[in-house]
Amino acid sequence: MTTSLSTSRGFLFGAMTGRATVITLGLILGAAVLVPVLNALPDGSPFKVPTYTVSLFGKYLCYALLALAVDLVWGYCGILSLGHGAFFALGGYAMGMYLMRQIGDRGVYGHPVLPDFMVFLNWKELPWYWYGFDNFAFAMLMVALVPGILAFAFGWFAFRSRVTGVYLSIITQAMTYALLLAFFRNDMGFGGNNGLTDFRDLLGFDLRSDGVRRGLFIASALALALGYIACRFVTTSRLGKVLIAVRDAESRSRFMGYRVEHYKVFVFTLSAVLAGIAGALYVPQVGIINPGEFAPINSIEIVIWVALGGRGYLFGAIFGALAVNIAKSYFTVAFPEIWLFFLGALFVLTTLFLPKGCAGLLSILKFPGLGTGMGFARKKEAGND
Amino acid sequence: MTRIPTPVMQATAVPAEAPFDISPGAPTMAAGSLLYLDNVSVSFDGFRAINKLSMIIKPGEMRAIIGPNGAGKTTMMDIITGKTRPDEGDVIYQGKVDLTKHDEAAIANMGIGRKFQKPTVFESHSVYDNLLLALKQDRRVFPMLFRLPSKDEQTRIDELLALTRLGDLRETVAGSLSHGQKQWLEIGMLLAQDPQLLLIDEPAAGMTDAETEETAKLLKDIAQTHSVVVVEHDMDFIRSLGVRVTVLHEGSVLAEGSLDQVSANQRVVEVYLGR
Repeated sequence: MTTSLSTSRGFLFGAMTGRATVITLGLILGAAVLVPVLNALPDGSPFKVPTYTVSLFGKYLCYALLALAVDLVWGYCGILSLGHGAFFALGGYAMGMYLMRQIGDRGVYGHPVLPDFMVFLNWKELPWYWYGFDNFAFAMLMVALVPGILAFAFGWFAFRSRVTGVYLSIITQAMTYALLLAFFRNDMGFGGNNGLTDFRDLLGFDLRSDGVRRGLFIASALALALGYIACRFVTTSRLGKVLIAVRDAESRSRFMGYRVEHYKVFVFTLSAVLAGIAGALYVPQVGIINPGEFAPINSIEIVIWVALGGRGYLFGAIFGALAVNIAKSYFTVAFPEIWLFFLGALFVLTTLFLPKGCAGLLSILKFPGLGTGMGFARKKEAGND
Repeated sequence: MTRIPTPVMQATAVPAEAPFDISPGAPTMAAGSLLYLDNVSVSFDGFRAINKLSMIIKPGEMRAIIGPNGAGKTTMMDIITGKTRPDEGDVIYQGKVDLTKHDEAAIANMGIGRKFQKPTVFESHSVYDNLLLALKQDRRVFPMLFRLPSKDEQTRIDELLALTRLGDLRETVAGSLSHGQKQWLEIGMLLAQDPQLLLIDEPAAGMTDAETEETAKLLKDIAQTHSVVVVEHDMDFIRSLGVRVTVLHEGSVLAEGSLDQVSANQRVVEVYLGR
């Protein structure tokens, strides 16, 4: 009953119904209020959350938004992207460029315009593609546009040529690897191996102050909540039903008259923009962006978060990202040498015993309010005989 | 079961999407036909799946296509629906449109619907959503993002549910339907597209005798208002349809006529029984 009714209830309202959605949004917004308040408590209070933890969890929220982006393409449209780390990193670089320009003449070399690494490499003037990044609004536009345009162009060629399945996954890996190599080069003008770092201010406020840290946490939580609502809106719309149709029987959708490649380009681009926004919020909280973010292994890790949380369930992706990263923070300190084995084992076990992830487990246990139509049927392709 | 709740379309009317690839008025053999295949050939790795195939389907006609395995029946459907491009030959729709120049989505939107041999429905969608997606509508991305179900659509879906006897299974996930129910749902989805020409690949495959009989009835009803091409192996099924039969063999037409005529044809007997 839920599927046909929830869409008839209206647009944004319809996107925010369902128990899972209400709980998820409630938790995110609750954290957005509670964590900064606890951080503002006086030192020595037993409930005080240290600023370090605020930023750590702010970082996790960015990862959760990234996982949401991957779930949108993978869980709902069957596009297994192993290159979403690239869109995340590009959004991060756009933010990093703004933060570099905010340093102004306070760098080590005191140059009024050029960032330190450019002075060090004997650049004489700012490359053209750095223009405008001193303007916050322009930089934020680029955070969305650069990953969006790359995803649109990539998707246009890949989906129009009907590259699917494992072949698509491989070329997304190739894409992020190519960008990794490109950004490693000093000539690219993005700081090469060291990337962009030593940030000072954001919108004129000191990045290291508790207030800005809290602000970034709140911004990350809000971005996650808005990203969740946007994904909910898309996946509960009629377009969302087409995405699931494409995932389950691509050629059937085509013979029904749907231009599958247009749908894929749309959802891939939207997903890349979300990933870019996540990257932009991530960079000021960790204080650095370097080519390591493009590493193919990063993109694979995102897929593990989503698989573990439950692909095809938006809250599952968020849960997976948070759970794996919290576990990672603990294990890499407590047992640094076994972390990767643990992660690998987790992935193998999930794939074997929980193909729908933790969220799927909830639906098996008949947890009410998860909605229908998001679960997985066996993948069937039309037209073979 | 008595009436197909489909607005009867003039078989000669060209939908807005169908462009003119052939200058109107140019004298061709295709004039007046709904589907016209002329000298069509296609090879896969040197194997001639379709060999100089020619065939005409008239508006409103129902045609059965039979032939042994590998005769090229499915490849023929692939060519008509844009999945496979022929190496040579013409495929003309409504006497005006060269189908070889269009892709699957465009051809589907021109009014050619296809049912696969293996029932192919959207397994994780409800029966209702399967029909909703199939309904004839503006299928571009952004209109689909913002469209809400309308009263007309609800009515149409209810009609289709009644027709395919899936009314009680409206909210059932299509993946849990029986084989026969899936076949019927797929036929319902095909009708929802409101096509002029239906291509139906082995509708009775895997059905019980009772289901097969019902399916024959359903197809005959559909044929009142649509042109239908049915590919089938089941001779009893073809006989119950009582329509003109085309026998394919090695990618071209071996015989054409009523079922009795083609069964009496010496070459058809040879092909089916082996030399």
